[in-house]
Amino acid sequence: MRRKSLMDRVRLMGRSTIDIVAVLGRSGIFLVHALLGRGGIGGGFQLLLRQLHSVGVMSLAIIVVSGVFIGMVLALQGFSILAKYGSEQAVGQMVALTLLRELGPVVTALLFAGRAGSALTAEIGNMKSTEQLSSLEMIGVDPLKYIVAPRLWAGFISLPVLALIFSVVGIWGGSWVAVDWLGVYEGSFWANMQNSVSFTDDVLNGVIKSVVFAFVVTWIAVFQGYDCEPTSEGISRATTKTVVYASLAVLGLDFIMTALMFGDF
Amino acid sequence: MQNRTLETGVGLFLLAGILALLLLALRVSGLSASANTDTYKLYANFDNIAGLTVRAKVTMAGVNIGKVTAIDLDHDTFTGRVTMEVNKRVNNLPSDSTASILTAGLLGEKYIGISVGGDDQLLKDGGTIHDTQSSLVLEDLIGKFLLNSVGKDAK
Repeated sequence: MRRKSLMDRVRLMGRSTIDIVAVLGRSGIFLVHALLGRGGIGGGFQLLLRQLHSVGVMSLAIIVVSGVFIGMVLALQGFSILAKYGSEQAVGQMVALTLLRELGPVVTALLFAGRAGSALTAEIGNMKSTEQLSSLEMIGVDPLKYIVAPRLWAGFISLPVLALIFSVVGIWGGSWVAVDWLGVYEGSFWANMQNSVSFTDDVLNGVIKSVVFAFVVTWIAVFQGYDCEPTSEGISRATTKTVVYASLAVLGLDFIMTALMFGDF
Repeated sequence: MQNRTLETGVGLFLLAGILALLLLALRVSGLSASANTDTYKLYANFDNIAGLTVRAKVTMAGVNIGKVTAIDLDHDTFTGRVTMEVNKRVNNLPSDSTASILTAGLLGEKYIGISVGGDDQLLKDGGTIHDTQSSLVLEDLIGKFLLNSVGKDAK
């Protein structure tokens, strides 16, 4: 028992690989069934609306507050560095590009994973452990259609909207600090921003990023809830996994997408 | 009743998102519906275009009248050929106008400034500006300066 034989190690490695592949396959089948299976969202518009409210509207407060503060901090830091080179007018350009390209989509996705993703996992996990999901199946209602699909779609729709709101609020916070407080000339603040930000390259690429993040974060959150062990310990582990996996996936994908979009290959 | 507040909330949320996209488009990226209205093409050959990029501004008397759409090397003369799109409203450029590559500020971006000539003939779509002034390359300038001071020492 003290020393595992070589074959045991090889066997362990093989088993963990098979486990990973199995989870990936299960989550893929799960996603396809939830999105495409048997006539879309069950219960129609009402269920989606309720989920949009709890996932999107209720996340608005944390997104707006953190957006304002991040924009203000960016303007403050940018100003103190740019002022050394006498080009503090460029602060608007810096704030806008940073928010639109990186911080808007990424920070929104991270906050969303913590605020809404963990709640989705816990909710579905609890339904599973109290056997609500199996009772639904017993009475002939497809839980993928009635429970999972509305939540997936609500996540896909609300995260890009939240990211857009985050960027706008952040730019407003930045302009408040730079123009009203630090005295950067308002005209050159906005003119520099408009000259350097392009709608297709910066704004739309940011939206594409947030759509991808929305897909990944919601998928992980809902799948972890659906796939968790139906015990209180299992739910807590699944919630932790949701936040950790979703954050890592967002940051990793962000690097890949930035390299593809702005890397000039 | 509870359902109605829920629907209003979601509606306002989506409206806020659309409004945000509009704000980003109009206020932040300065996108205007008439961005690429009527333009005509002009070409100019420069000995050295160092630092000029596509989408750089084309100005006249400091006023923005167009943008650079392509930069490539002329196969026969080994000069940099710049394609510009100039607003149709500026259709009275004399054919001996001068195009020069200028720098905005000390470390700013490069742009093309066009100064007017005195010819009666006007530049047409697809016309070429022959009188050009190249980009200022710092190394060349330092080289000339050094050469000058060496020459003085020899005397």
